[in-house]
Amino acid sequence: MRHYIAENVGRRALSLAGKLGAAALMIKSILVWTFKARPEAREIVKQSMRIGVDSLSVTILTSFFTGMVLALQMGYTSKNLFNEPLYIGTMVAFSLVKELAPVLTSIVVAGRVGAAVTAEIGTMRVTEQIDALYTLGTNPTRYLLIPRYIAFMLTIPLLTVFADFLGIFGGFLVSNIKFNVPSSVYWNDIFTFMEIKNFMHGFLKTFAFAFMIATVSCYKGLTCEEGAEGVGKATTQAVVLSMVLVMVLDYFISALLVAVGII
Amino acid sequence: MIEIKGLSKIYSGKKVLDNAGMVINDGDIFSVIGPSGCGKSTLLKCIVRLIKPDSGEILVDGKNVVPIEDEFELARVRKDFGYLFQSGALFDSLTVMENVTFGLQYLTDIPKREYPRIAREKLALVGLEKAENLKPAELSGGMKKRAALARAIAAEPKYIFYDEPTTGLDPITSDMVMGLISDMAAKLKITSIIVTHDIKLAFTISTRIAMLYNGNFNISGTPEELRKSSNPVFREFTEDALFPDVQGRRHDLEMKHQRE
Repeated sequence: MRHYIAENVGRRALSLAGKLGAAALMIKSILVWTFKARPEAREIVKQSMRIGVDSLSVTILTSFFTGMVLALQMGYTSKNLFNEPLYIGTMVAFSLVKELAPVLTSIVVAGRVGAAVTAEIGTMRVTEQIDALYTLGTNPTRYLLIPRYIAFMLTIPLLTVFADFLGIFGGFLVSNIKFNVPSSVYWNDIFTFMEIKNFMHGFLKTFAFAFMIATVSCYKGLTCEEGAEGVGKATTQAVVLSMVLVMVLDYFISALLVAVGII
Repeated sequence: MIEIKGLSKIYSGKKVLDNAGMVINDGDIFSVIGPSGCGKSTLLKCIVRLIKPDSGEILVDGKNVVPIEDEFELARVRKDFGYLFQSGALFDSLTVMENVTFGLQYLTDIPKREYPRIAREKLALVGLEKAENLKPAELSGGMKKRAALARAIAAEPKYIFYDEPTTGLDPITSDMVMGLISDMAAKLKITSIIVTHDIKLAFTISTRIAMLYNGNFNISGTPEELRKSSNPVFREFTEDALFPDVQGRRHDLEMKHQRE
């Protein structure tokens, strides 16, 4: 029994090491090709438009309602504690800008576009379109991966800024309509306490999230098993892994940013 | 000329190619036949270096392509090759016209303004003049093969590789694709290497045929030479196609059903 468990653990460890090695080689190839060949500008624009447009509506809804519910909870909590709604703007803005907007936007993009990228690259792999790229004189890293990486790295930070503003605006509507907080008080609560480094704390994290989502989505697509089942499985794995890794990375990057004073 | 010497490739412990050797002369229509899974597609992919062989040499016009590792050098080697994939492998997100012109920007120095003219010329060669704005999803199986063929010949390669060109097609479309391969070789003076288990195709249009069996070339020669061959493996593999006994087979099947 012990022998069986050890064998199983060993096999899984070897498999994980192999996958990490393959992902590292993919990242190396991306770095090499980024400097080796002219970027595919048309593909970068096309992919950025796709990621931005596809994720925009879900990002709007998610961030707007998150801001609203934060204001609602904060309003009732402070009313219970202090008999009046205090610092709603401060709480909504800090929660959104530092944590919720970057994390929720990244999760939305991973689910909405990361899945589509894995499915697309996976289908191209099983239908020999990746091999066709080689025979037509280009490299899949250059034509498929680099434009998607750049598009993720451009659009997730932009969508996050968009989510910051929308969420704060949603919070403003609730605090103003539901709790009769004057607009000057709401905005004053935000700008009195918020500094540029608070904004940067959330903004910088999005680049790491974008890089990770691009890596997981592309890697899962490139290594998916044959057939429709293989593509479906890879897509599900890509979404789940991206979401979990967003949470895990969030903690470690937050700790790092706090350590270097971007708090 | 393509010379293959001592080529070997092992997949998961199984020797797919085992010390295979062959010479393909310029201007040949060279067919490689053999049972499914015998390594025919692997052979093609080794020649265009989509797969790296474990050992052996592949000399393309005297240059050994096996040791090449640099992607840019491999891309230069592949300029001489056109490849028609079994599934067509057209890019789903691009139109037929965009698919046909795709390779021109990477394989040639032709100015972009020339692309539509070249694409229309190649599409006319394969009889797809009116499909240039269609997406692959809007094409039938035969049309996909023809569009893929137009893409493969767009940069005017010296060698063209056909991976199971008639698989999945009805007999009429198969005959049409067969005619196209023959036309391409005659009009464009391309050396054609066809991997197929369609014996009719191989014996109708090839100048030379080789049979891949157990990872090695079992027999090769002109269609006329091979028809006279007494090689038992070759006879068994080609018998039904070359000497069909449809009535006899139907009778055997009916007897079997009656017994059941």
